[in-house]
Amino acid sequence: MKYLKQIGIIIFISFLGEVLSRVIPLPVAASVYGIVILFLCLNFKIVKVSDIKETCKFLIDIMPLMFVPAAVGLIALWDVLKTSWLVYLIITLLSTYVVMIVSGHVTQFIVKRKNRIER
Amino acid sequence: MKELFTDSVYFGVLISLAAYGIGVLMKKKFKLAIFNPVLVAIVFIIGFLLIFDMDYASYSNGAKYISYLLTPATICLAVPLYEQFELLKKNMTAVMLGIVSGVLTSLTCILAFAIFFSLDHTEYVTFLPKSVTTAIGMGISEELGGSVAISVGVIIITGVFGNMFAEFICKVFRITEPIAKGIGIGSASHVIGTSKALEMGEVEGAMSSLSIVVAGLITVAGAAVFANFL
Repeated sequence: MKYLKQIGIIIFISFLGEVLSRVIPLPVAASVYGIVILFLCLNFKIVKVSDIKETCKFLIDIMPLMFVPAAVGLIALWDVLKTSWLVYLIITLLSTYVVMIVSGHVTQFIVKRKNRIER
Repeated sequence: MKELFTDSVYFGVLISLAAYGIGVLMKKKFKLAIFNPVLVAIVFIIGFLLIFDMDYASYSNGAKYISYLLTPATICLAVPLYEQFELLKKNMTAVMLGIVSGVLTSLTCILAFAIFFSLDHTEYVTFLPKSVTTAIGMGISEELGGSVAISVGVIIITGVFGNMFAEFICKVFRITEPIAKGIGIGSASHVIGTSKALEMGEVEGAMSSLSIVVAGLITVAGAAVFANFL
């Protein structure tokens, strides 16, 4: 029964997220509405962490695997990509690391300053 | 004989699990970032399909059920987020400004590269949502007139490279605060990066999970504005 309940809760919230993403005319995915819904449910004690813990841990553990099928789909695009893949790869790589560094440092700067002021 | 594989509902799942497992083992043995399980799995499966002359459809026939789990799994990220909510509230300004700066950097970077490599408008908007999670990124790309299939590829590669070198980047560029690591990783490389952040620690994982949501939402608006710039 434990897993039935856990999976039931998660799929129910997925469904609610799906409904919202169809009703609200924004390109926001069901999963994003779903995170917000689950967070609110946890925050207002409608759902307890122990109600979903094991299933969530399992799903989060195998999450990277879930991107593999879509990425393999790139082979179907090879005809389009073969002329410009290198440029695309350079843009993708460099911008990813620049974002990580800027965003991380902005956050770190403010966190450290705040800690200094509190001390 | 070949139909046994191409018509199977389980074959796609099986080879995905096997290829990912090989990736995990290689990562353990060689301890090199390049042996990222997702990357190894992608390369291995593409190689397999090419060698045995199988088309993508015969793979995705079963593998699509793995993708089906992505929405429920992403929703589960609310749990680490909830568990670290006190810490988040205490650092709200830092977190929000960190994510906003990440989104603006991403959009500006793409604009700069698009000008530098003289990409056309379609290519440009295809890249704009590259740092947000696939489901949101697809929506943005479609709305702005990009190539959705390429956006998905770019988003996944972004995530994989974020995941691969997150620890290295944080070390070399001296990002030491767990909150800052999480925000940087999540803003740059969405869900796939977040799975690395979760390995690094609870705080990193929670902050990275939050970044997926907030960066995703800000990018919806930001990309629409930036689409007019080229």
